[in-house]
Order: sequence, then C-alpha cells, then structure tokens
Amino acid sequence: MTKKPGFFGRFYIAFILFFLYAPIFVLIVFSFNSTRSRSVWSGFSLDWYRQLFSNSAILDAFYTTIAIALLSAIIATAAGTFAAVGFHHTRRKFRTPLMQVNNIPMMNADIVTGVSLCLLFVALGSALRFRLGFGTLLIAHITFNIPYVILCIMPKLRQLDRNLVDAACDLGCTWMQAFRKVILPEIRPGIINGLIIAFTLSIDDFVISYFTAGGNVMTLPMQIFAMTRRRVSPEINALSSILFMSVLTLLIILNVREIKHEDKMKKRADNLKEVN
Amino acid sequence: MPKELIRLLDCSMAFDGEVVLNNLNLYINDKEFLTLLGPSGCGKTTTLRIIGGFQRQSSGDVFFDGVRINDVPPHKRMVNTVFQKYALFTHLNVFENVAFGLKLKREEGKKLSKNEITSRVSEMLDIVSLNGFEKRDVSSLSGGQQQRVAIARALVNQPKVLLLDEPLGALDMRLRKDMQNELKRIQQATGITFVYVTHDQEEALAMSDTVVVMEKGVIQQIGTPEDIYNEPKNAFVADFIGESNIVDGCMHSDGVVEIFGRKFACLDRGFAPMEPVDVVIRPEDVDIVDVKDGMLTGTVTNITFKGMLYDIIVDFKGFKWLIQTTDLSPVGSKIGIKIDPDGIHIMKKGEFSGMFGDYSSYSAEYDDISDVEYEPDGADSEAAAYET
Repeated sequence: MTKKPGFFGRFYIAFILFFLYAPIFVLIVFSFNSTRSRSVWSGFSLDWYRQLFSNSAILDAFYTTIAIALLSAIIATAAGTFAAVGFHHTRRKFRTPLMQVNNIPMMNADIVTGVSLCLLFVALGSALRFRLGFGTLLIAHITFNIPYVILCIMPKLRQLDRNLVDAACDLGCTWMQAFRKVILPEIRPGIINGLIIAFTLSIDDFVISYFTAGGNVMTLPMQIFAMTRRRVSPEINALSSILFMSVLTLLIILNVREIKHEDKMKKRADNLKEVN
Repeated sequence: MPKELIRLLDCSMAFDGEVVLNNLNLYINDKEFLTLLGPSGCGKTTTLRIIGGFQRQSSGDVFFDGVRINDVPPHKRMVNTVFQKYALFTHLNVFENVAFGLKLKREEGKKLSKNEITSRVSEMLDIVSLNGFEKRDVSSLSGGQQQRVAIARALVNQPKVLLLDEPLGALDMRLRKDMQNELKRIQQATGITFVYVTHDQEEALAMSDTVVVMEKGVIQQIGTPEDIYNEPKNAFVADFIGESNIVDGCMHSDGVVEIFGRKFACLDRGFAPMEPVDVVIRPEDVDIVDVKDGMLTGTVTNITFKGMLYDIIVDFKGFKWLIQTTDLSPVGSKIGIKIDPDGIHIMKKGEFSGMFGDYSSYSAEYDDISDVEYEPDGADSEAAAYET
C-alpha cells in the first residue's frame, strides 16, 4: 500500500521542484523582460526574441544545430536499427560482450569521447587531407547517438515472438520482405523513441561538439558559451528558453508514448490471462 | 494406395556437436494426419522445422512429391505452419493477418485482386468461426481465438501440408479438447495433410492417423494409435504412451513367458528359447482376484482415487505395479492378480530396458513432477535450435 504524502512530504517535494526549476523559470521570465536587467522586471516584451532572430551568428548556429541533430539522428537510427537486429540474432555468447561494448561509450565522460574523437579526426585529417568542420561534427554526433538508439530498440526485439520472421517467410516473404513488413513495424515504437532521444542528445551536446567542430562551425550550445564569455546578453535567456522548451516537448512526447504503450501491453496481458 | 507426399531420407541434425536428429527416415502420405510425439528435446520440432525449411539438416535429403527440396527456401515450399504461441503479427488486425500470405501470392503470374483476397479471407474466417472479427486487433483476442487466426492465416494459402508445432500448448484443458475436435474437423473438411507436433500422448492418440514416437533424435516407433498403444516396440514407447508396468521376463517358448518365477500364457512368438525380454502389462489389464485364485500375490501399498477408477500400487516381492481398478482394496491388504494372455505384451531387450515401468517411487504428484522435468530441458534445446 502506498500512503498519501503528509504535509511534510508534500512540502519537501515542492521544495525540491522549486530548486530544480526556479532557475529555469527565472531564465524564461527574464527572456521576456523589456530591459537588459537580470534582477528587475520592467515589463513584457519580445525584443530579445526579435534580436535573437536577427542575429546572424545565432541563426547560423541554430541551423547548424538542427541540421546536425536531424542528420545524425536519422543516420544513427538507421545504423542502430540494423546493428540491434544484428546483435539480436547473434549467439548469446557474443551478444553479451557486444552489448557491454555498446554501453561503455554512454557511461564514458563526454570530455574523453570529445578529446579522443578530436585526436582521431586530426590524425586522420592530416593523412586524408580534411579538416575539422561540419563533417567531423556530424560523424561525432552519429557516433555518440548510435549506442542510445540500440539501447532503445533491443527491448522491442526481445519482446518479439521468435517465430515471427519464420512465420513471415512461411507465408511467402523473402528475408528482406519479412524485415520490412514484419520486424520494422513491430519494433517501430523503439525506433521512433531512439530517433527522438538521438535528436534530443544531439541538440543538447556541448562538450563533444566543442572538440570536433573546428573553428568555423558552431552549434547553438557552443554559440551560447562563446557569448557568455564576452558578456551575458538577455538574448541568451531567449535562446536558452527556446532550447529548454523544445527538449521538454520532445521528452513529453517520449513519455506519453511510453505510457500509452505500457497500457496497450497491459491490456494485452490481461486478455491472455482471462483465457488461461 | 495412398500417395507419398513428403520423405525425409537419412536426415541428421547437430547443434554445436550435439546430435538432435540421428539418421531420421520418414515418409508422410497425402491427406494423412501424422503426429510427431515425444518429450521436449526429442527432435520433433527440429523435424518439423526441417520440413518447413526454417532449418537446414546437417545431412540427408528432404523430398516433396518426389522432388528434392533441400535448397528450397521456406517461402517457396508448398507448406504452411501454425507456430507455437501463434507468432501473429501484432501490428496488423485479424483480416490483415489472414490476408498476409495472399497479398504476396501470385497466381498465373498475377497478384490476386482485392476482391479475391477479401472473399478468400472471409471464407477462411468462416471455417474457423471467426467472422465479424476482421477489424479486431489480434492482441485483443483470447488465446483460443488467436489460435484460430493462426490456423486461418496458414490454411488460407491452400498449402499441400499444414505443419502444426504444439498448437494447443498454451490453451487450458477444456479449450484443448474443443480445439482437438476442431482441428480434426478442419483436416477432414479441407483434405490437407497435417503434420502435428506434440508431447501430449492423449492428444496424439485422439487425433492422428499415424503416430511417430521420437526420443533422443531417433524414431522409436511408427504406427497407428492402436498399434502404438497395444504393441509398443520398446520400454520407452510403452512408458511414454499411457501407463505401463514393465518387468523382466524370460521367454520359455512361443506363447509362454516367465515372470517372477511363474509361467504366464501370452500371444507373442518368434523369440529364442530362454531369451530375456521386457514384459509390458497395462494397469487396466490386471484383474484383482482372491489370493487363492491369483497367479501372483501382492500387498497394496498406495491408493489414489482418480474418479472413474482407483490407481493402486501393489508390491510384488519388492517390485511395485500400478493397477487400475474399480474395486477398492484397502492399503495393506493382500490381493491376488490374474492377467489374460492378450494383456501381456513382450518386447525385445533394448537401450531403454530397466529405465521405465517401475512404480516404486510412485506418488500422487508423480505426473506433475514428470511434467516439470520436461520443460526446462525443452526450453534449452529450442533455444539451441533458434540460435543456429
């Protein structure tokens, strides 16, 4: 039995939430402030947003971020899906170590990943004559996204009836048709979750981007960092608010999807239970 | 003369050096209901998967209608399969599941028209009594209904042979009985050859034209259900099909066998004089009589009420027999027994001799215990089958 929280419990939760979200709340509020002040509220205005969208450096960074996030999410999801299906069909003896190898980059410190990717790109770049830039940034983002995509898809594959592919082949599918008509639709929720997570992580990333983007390309987090080094302009408030809201939206979508899916699975289990 | 449809010739199968099928030879006739029966891990599912083309035998040949089909992939074989736990496509509704194979099918080089598909699907849903369920989500169906969708999905492709892998395993007792009749009816109505895999001997006896008993990757016996029950070839078959008391005996001459130092009349002949043999006596073939009239005398040690009958365990000089009777003799009482000549079945000694047919360790939970033993073993061998 779960007990309803008493006064103290509720107060405690409110307190924690306050500390977690107050800074962001302040940030959002002051992004609508009409003056440059970060302590005095002097009226509502959209000036900072207007300035933000006329600042070409920020807009460039914004486009870069979106392009990198979209491309890396899509490529990482495609690669991750095939990798997950491959992992799933390997023998357990090999699958377990493969999954461990897959998990390590996720726990690795971003700075280590960033520095090592940077060293790799520089070394390869001098041999193959390329420089750090959009390409290396994209490769880096794909690299750190793939493990998360695999992690999203593996549970869906494990839930599949292991005769499913055989059943499709039995009914006239070649293996590729079975993959397209049966496996992909059955694991689609996992694939979409992977895509959203990859996109979110990519938008969010600063450290790895910082080491792999080179001097000419900037993502939004890098741009913000650069701006704060000079002086903190309220434009940053507006920009951060937008970033926060978009990540929040994606996370909400993700969670709603999960809850819906759980309901469906529960309903299904109940149906089977009734009979047996 | 029935026509031969499928032949397995010297088929062997090994996973990681573990032999799952050992030189299997089997033919299946057209329109036959054939059951592969055996405990989990005996190779019956592997045999089915070889026929379906989901697994390639390590050696040997598979023929379909006289043509060697070793290299024919599953989607080009004229067989369809009802899988264990159904393997339905949960992202499709009932109609789409059943129509799945038809949408891929080409007749005379052309795809089937929408109307044709619709009419064939609804015809098939009729046969399995699921009309009106077309738009339903398969995960919203009960186990029995999912089962019928799986059967319809396979049968709608008009296969020559339907393979069924423990199709009733996930259903409860009552539903199983209903579905057994249902399956038999569908088989007779469609005239399609059924190859059925089960570990349930009652199911096998009730439904099949031919039963193939397997153990350790080897066919132990092939025959009609009556043959298998009445004339088991070895101790394994005798024990696996129904209950059996199996005792050591010695053939004196044709029609005379010695058990526990007493001579019994039997119907079997053709053994060497004084040849040691296994003697099978079914629990229902033993008559209980007064001690003075009995051919053997024993002591009742255990009684289990089974509804129509009592299962009683009787101790004969330390060897315990199971006897099924309607007469109650209390525990501890001495009874005599009589066995008619046709109640005694003689088998040659073989690798399974001495392993089965002794009820010394009998307890009321005996059946449950042996069932539990089968499961983990089966799961392992299946896992091995899928990983390769």
